[in-house]
Amino acid sequence: MSAPPAELPRWIDIGLIPVINICLALLVSGLIIVAIGENPFAAMAIMIRGALGYGEGIGYTLYYTTNFIFTGLAVAIAFHAGLFNIGGEGQAYIGGLGVGLAILAFDSSLPFFLLLPLGILAAAAFGAAWAAIPAWLQAYRGSHIVITTIMFNFIAYAVMVYLMVNVLIKPGQMSPESREFADAGHLPFIHEMLAGIGITVTPTPLNLSIVWALVCCVGVWAYIWRTRWGYELRAVGHNEAAAVYAGARPRHIVVAAMCISGALAGFVGFNEIMGVHHRLLLNFPAGYGFTGIAVSLMGRNHPVGVVLASVLFGVLYQGGAELAFEVPTITRELVVTIQGLVILFSGALAYMSTPWVTRAWRALLGWRAGAAVAEEA
Amino acid sequence: MEEAFVFVVLTMNATIRVATPLILCAMAGMFSERSGVIDISLEGKMLGAAFIAASVAAVTGSPWLALTAGIAAATCLALLHGFACITHHGNQVVSGVAINILVSGLTVVLGIAWFHRGGQTPSLEATARFMPISLPLSEYLADVPVLGTVYSRLVSGHNLLVYVAFLAVPLAWWVLFRTRFGLRLRAVGENPKAVDTAGISVTWLRYRAVLICGLLTGIAGTYLSIANNAAFVRDMTAGQGYIALAALIFGKWRPWTAFGACLLFGFLNAVAIRLQGVPLPAIGEVPVVFIEALPYLLTVVLLAGFVGKAVAPKAIGEPYVKER
Repeated sequence: MSAPPAELPRWIDIGLIPVINICLALLVSGLIIVAIGENPFAAMAIMIRGALGYGEGIGYTLYYTTNFIFTGLAVAIAFHAGLFNIGGEGQAYIGGLGVGLAILAFDSSLPFFLLLPLGILAAAAFGAAWAAIPAWLQAYRGSHIVITTIMFNFIAYAVMVYLMVNVLIKPGQMSPESREFADAGHLPFIHEMLAGIGITVTPTPLNLSIVWALVCCVGVWAYIWRTRWGYELRAVGHNEAAAVYAGARPRHIVVAAMCISGALAGFVGFNEIMGVHHRLLLNFPAGYGFTGIAVSLMGRNHPVGVVLASVLFGVLYQGGAELAFEVPTITRELVVTIQGLVILFSGALAYMSTPWVTRAWRALLGWRAGAAVAEEA
Repeated sequence: MEEAFVFVVLTMNATIRVATPLILCAMAGMFSERSGVIDISLEGKMLGAAFIAASVAAVTGSPWLALTAGIAAATCLALLHGFACITHHGNQVVSGVAINILVSGLTVVLGIAWFHRGGQTPSLEATARFMPISLPLSEYLADVPVLGTVYSRLVSGHNLLVYVAFLAVPLAWWVLFRTRFGLRLRAVGENPKAVDTAGISVTWLRYRAVLICGLLTGIAGTYLSIANNAAFVRDMTAGQGYIALAALIFGKWRPWTAFGACLLFGFLNAVAIRLQGVPLPAIGEVPVVFIEALPYLLTVVLLAGFVGKAVAPKAIGEPYVKER
């Protein structure tokens, strides 16, 4: 990423410019909606109502948010080390495989309070392992991590299809799914937990893993900005040569950053497999890994920004589903389109508006200075 | 013996059909990457072109208009990529990812809005497509043993765009390695500063490279939807843009080796389809998904430097900033 010009105040750089970029993305999305003959404002109203207007909508929105926090953090921590992890999709897939294997092996013998940490560890270990290979290849063999992580997404897909169709499928059924986990291997749904304290809400897939997602946010923030390792990680990301002089070992940092990134992406499997489906199946990452790129870019690679961007994408996903349901000419893929535009405007064209904003800011300063001079005179 | 020979010819025939879009995309990516612009949006450009070409063919019934529209669509996306990466010094990988995701959504959104068929375009009549061409004498020579069979069943009988793809390889080689433009294009991918110092515009050179990339991916997309198939289906590229990228890297960013890699990957795919459920001697039944994943695996192994070494153009991925 190229750095922004230094002369703008911080609030414009991290507050105003991202908002301008998102507005540009939404503007183009609105034009697309106009082009297919619908009213963009009505569409937006349906989306917001569908995502936030009632209990079930909010539950689904937060369930999507959980996945986006995991993949957004995964992309963000890799970005801080100067790496681009496009492999979130594959890491989520393999992370889910880890959760599934662990729970399938122990759900009849262990209680829930042991299966919970086991599930987290399995998701982290499998996701990290899947990210560690491209990381190692980048650090020690010089192969480009973007290309290898793309390739690993496809390889993960092949591995999962093979395992589900040939090995893990429950005998005597056609669809490639494993047997269902015993009750001890289910994460409690939020509606179940709320029912326990006497609050009734509509059942949704939202489950305990959202709490874990927020814990991960704090953990990533502390790791990046409050530990020596995080400092080294950022140093390597900014300037590898300088970091070496400061005593950091870039190869170790590349592998460590990618392992953490992979573990975070693997938690999508924790949410989906242990929290929602309660069995191993195919296609559960459903593009969350790619959305993580948009989330991270939009959230400026900071956990707080990632949470905000994740909520926004949660709204888009849930609202988009509602929109597709209510307006027959609009499909869910509109959300994918918006996601692409967000990546384009907040990522690739992130500093397109900077020259204009700088000019406007200078003009404003000049105007103010002029007014002050006039007042003194 | 005769049967085995026909089997080989048919497999080779399938290989050519599968390899055609790979070849076009790999050549496209080669121009872009040799000039220093990473292009992981081959997939998106091809998909966009496939959709627009099929739409135009469905509405106008003219394959030539469809080809023009497909090329125009891919070129627009290429210009967008260039605008982000060359003009605004944006991250090239991010821009590529954005284009891929944008197109995979937009083609379905527009497809449903325009044709109301769940993202498909209407099936095309033969006159709206590029149909197989019989080369001269192919019927006459069909009965000649071996050579006649090869000529009439392997060389002849493909559609125009297949021949375009196979001609694109020597042409790409000639442009890149035998013309002044090609020399400069390769130089700008290795050392843009030197090219700039010589008074040649880095920006204009890279834009031309990106435009050629758009042209070739446009032909590839058009091939998919109106030559090899008779309609656009959602996500019909199905990762072939990435396979082409893998082939380009596997071929070490060179035309003939990349061409070889495309044929190899196409062959693997053709064999995978034929081997579905057939047990092999000594190995047993090979799961088709593994043969399909083999191109990716081979590329990873090659990139890791275990088999030869793929060295990318030196300035790849770095935006060129003229003034510091």
